Amino acid sequence: MVELNKIPHINEISNHGAFAGAGQKKTATFRERYHQQNKVVPSLEEAIRRTGLKDGMTISFHHHFRNGDHIINMVVDKLAEMGYKNLTLAASSLASVHAPLVRHIKNGVITHIETSGLRGELAEEISRGLMDCPVVFRSHGGRASAIRSGDLHIDVAFLGAPSCDPYGNANGYSRDDDDGIACGSLGYARTDAKYADNVIIITNHLVAYPNAPWAIPEYDVDYVVLTDDIGDPKGIMSGATRYTKDPKELLIAKTAANVIEATGYLYDGFSMQMGSGGASLATARFLRQKMLDQHIRCRFALGGITGQITAMHEEGLIDRVLDVQSFDLDAALSLKNNHFHHQIGATYYASHMISAAVDQLDFVILSALEIDTDFNVNVLTGSDGVIRGAIGGHPDTAEGASLSVVVAPLTRGRIPTIVRHVNTVVTPGEVVDVVVTEQGIAVNPRRPDLKEKIEAAGLHVFTIEQLQRRAEALVGVPEPIRYKDRIVGVVMYRDNTIIDVVREIDEDA
Amino acid sequence: MYKKDRLRRSMMFVPGNNPGMIRDAHIYGADSIMFDLEDSVAYTEKDAARFLVYNALKTLHFGTKETVVRINDLSSGLGVEDLEAVVRAGVQVVRLPKTDNAQDVIDCEQMIERIEREAGIPVGTTGMMAAIESANGVLNAVEIAKASDRLIGIALGAEDYVTDLKTTRSDGVELLFARCMILNAARAAGIAALDTVFSNVNDEEGFIAEATLIKKLGFDGKSVINPRQIEPLHKVFMPSEKDLNKARAIMEAIAEANARGSGVASLNGKMIDKPVVTRAKRLLELYEAGSKADEVEEL
Repeated sequence: MVELNKIPHINEISNHGAFAGAGQKKTATFRERYHQQNKVVPSLEEAIRRTGLKDGMTISFHHHFRNGDHIINMVVDKLAEMGYKNLTLAASSLASVHAPLVRHIKNGVITHIETSGLRGELAEEISRGLMDCPVVFRSHGGRASAIRSGDLHIDVAFLGAPSCDPYGNANGYSRDDDDGIACGSLGYARTDAKYADNVIIITNHLVAYPNAPWAIPEYDVDYVVLTDDIGDPKGIMSGATRYTKDPKELLIAKTAANVIEATGYLYDGFSMQMGSGGASLATARFLRQKMLDQHIRCRFALGGITGQITAMHEEGLIDRVLDVQSFDLDAALSLKNNHFHHQIGATYYASHMISAAVDQLDFVILSALEIDTDFNVNVLTGSDGVIRGAIGGHPDTAEGASLSVVVAPLTRGRIPTIVRHVNTVVTPGEVVDVVVTEQGIAVNPRRPDLKEKIEAAGLHVFTIEQLQRRAEALVGVPEPIRYKDRIVGVVMYRDNTIIDVVREIDEDA
Repeated sequence: MYKKDRLRRSMMFVPGNNPGMIRDAHIYGADSIMFDLEDSVAYTEKDAARFLVYNALKTLHFGTKETVVRINDLSSGLGVEDLEAVVRAGVQVVRLPKTDNAQDVIDCEQMIERIEREAGIPVGTTGMMAAIESANGVLNAVEIAKASDRLIGIALGAEDYVTDLKTTRSDGVELLFARCMILNAARAAGIAALDTVFSNVNDEEGFIAEATLIKKLGFDGKSVINPRQIEPLHKVFMPSEKDLNKARAIMEAIAEANARGSGVASLNGKMIDKPVVTRAKRLLELYEAGSKADEVEEL
């Protein structure tokens, strides 16, 4: 027996006492244990009961299944059936498939929502004043920070997973076999799994332990529920995201690539992030050609990852891919097969509380619903004032990247994109550097360095006011949107300060 | 007011009944924008298209682009109404389709002149070009090209032409005679020769091959049906570095000879003939025009 009192400074070294014997030795085989001690619960209802979920608590979900998601509707239906009320639903984002939530808001099951975005009927109803408590909109980085700091405390996370083993090691695909659904990265779900008090993995594909590689480790998981339906594979992932053939988008993309080259941020070893919108994605194609011509390689590509990015990875143009969300099947397949295509969580991606991956970006290409003459960007509310979008990583990457380029057509049909004042400020003009439209480029006056370089490359730079007047000359000034006083949404910047609000639309006027 | 002599590598067709495309037509870098009231507009849409193009010409700014309108042929009855609208709206060039002989051009010119007078526009403001789309037209190309001072060029319309010949479009051999006729007729009249469209937008390789061929023949340019065809077309018309260097060397040798007071210049021991100088000059002009960024219209 070790005599603790003879060890100098023992109180500073350990307070666990002396060794008093190991636990009982196990003799069962791995296979026997496997059948006894796993986390698989017979039903969703049973899993919910075991978490101790109570009225008024917060439940969370991820949006990696996009518009094919069946998890949220299934879980909230079950919670309603079990009689729960007054719950906060905190999803990393919501899609139009979640319209059935309207009913659960009306019957009091859900009384508060936190999300990155809203679309479809749910969004419309909320814009019409469905909820008493305003919806809280956070960016992906802002949400990760809020969860980490405790601003957003999750009692129970319900996380859909295309593969999971009986101990809870969960992933967005499976290397065991090719069957089943794949969503690629489970990046946003990892934050929920790490910080939620209780974590239920809902899977349709229970695989043998250990489900390596995993996105979510078993020690973050409490229960596993097997179901035959986690979602519609077609809505979860489409095939390859195609390059656009729209000449206008191609023109914008080509100009954006020329702008990036002119600013000096395209060099051997650069880093980048691209959106999945037509013009943003097409920019990658023009950058690819420049990289080939100039023998330049990208050190890493970040963010939502598309097949175009992974194709460039596979041809040796991009060294590393950091994937918080896979946008298409090609990207998901690459995550599964390519060693240097790496899955990251939302905190690592974009939280302002740490040195995040977005802070290592040279440039990001972003889209916009509206941009105003102060360079503020709206990606959340439409020209009718109704919520129809998602913040995503927009403010996180715009602030993080040394060069943020917003690509958008000057007008969409008869709706101007460049306006005097955006409906909703999501990303502040302070962090938006260049706007590229098919009718011209504008550079934020806060970045005279960029203007000088872009002009030196022979590209014409307009003022944002000139572009705004051009849009106005083409389509006129829309009638102002009529709102009521009531606030239906609160928009948070990535540090979770409130940057703007969304009001109830006034349809009676 | 039209300009007789200008760069016309690309003439982009824009359907006259598509407001979005009309509005954006000038952003893609084509040398000329050609609003179409003829084949790309359904019969029931003719009035709407005419109205739209009229208003577009009156209200939108197309920067430094040449504006052209392809009207319906005069015998259809629609053509006259088209002329009434677009001449009044101030179009730079009217493209007359299905031109079979000089009289077609003369008829059209008279009508334009009448409208210009009625509208108080100085006579001679509106330019013309004639599209030749039949065997008759090809055989009459020489008289067509000389039929009016307003003509800036003649163009081949291949789809109707091959039908008239009882053949179809293939590798281009079927168009060789027509192209050569039109080119020679245009050059004899001192106006532009413009080639027909290449319809398969997704076949960039085929498009470039055809553009290379017509450039070799001597055409000024070609009609395009999609903005995506403009850049490859302009690339074909861009002189190569090697040709440029040679042209520059020739011009230097000439300047040097002039400085010496000698009328005879030579380069690498070879005497420089006058046509060589003319070609070198033209090549440098084309390079300059092609490498100049689009003039930016102040917003």
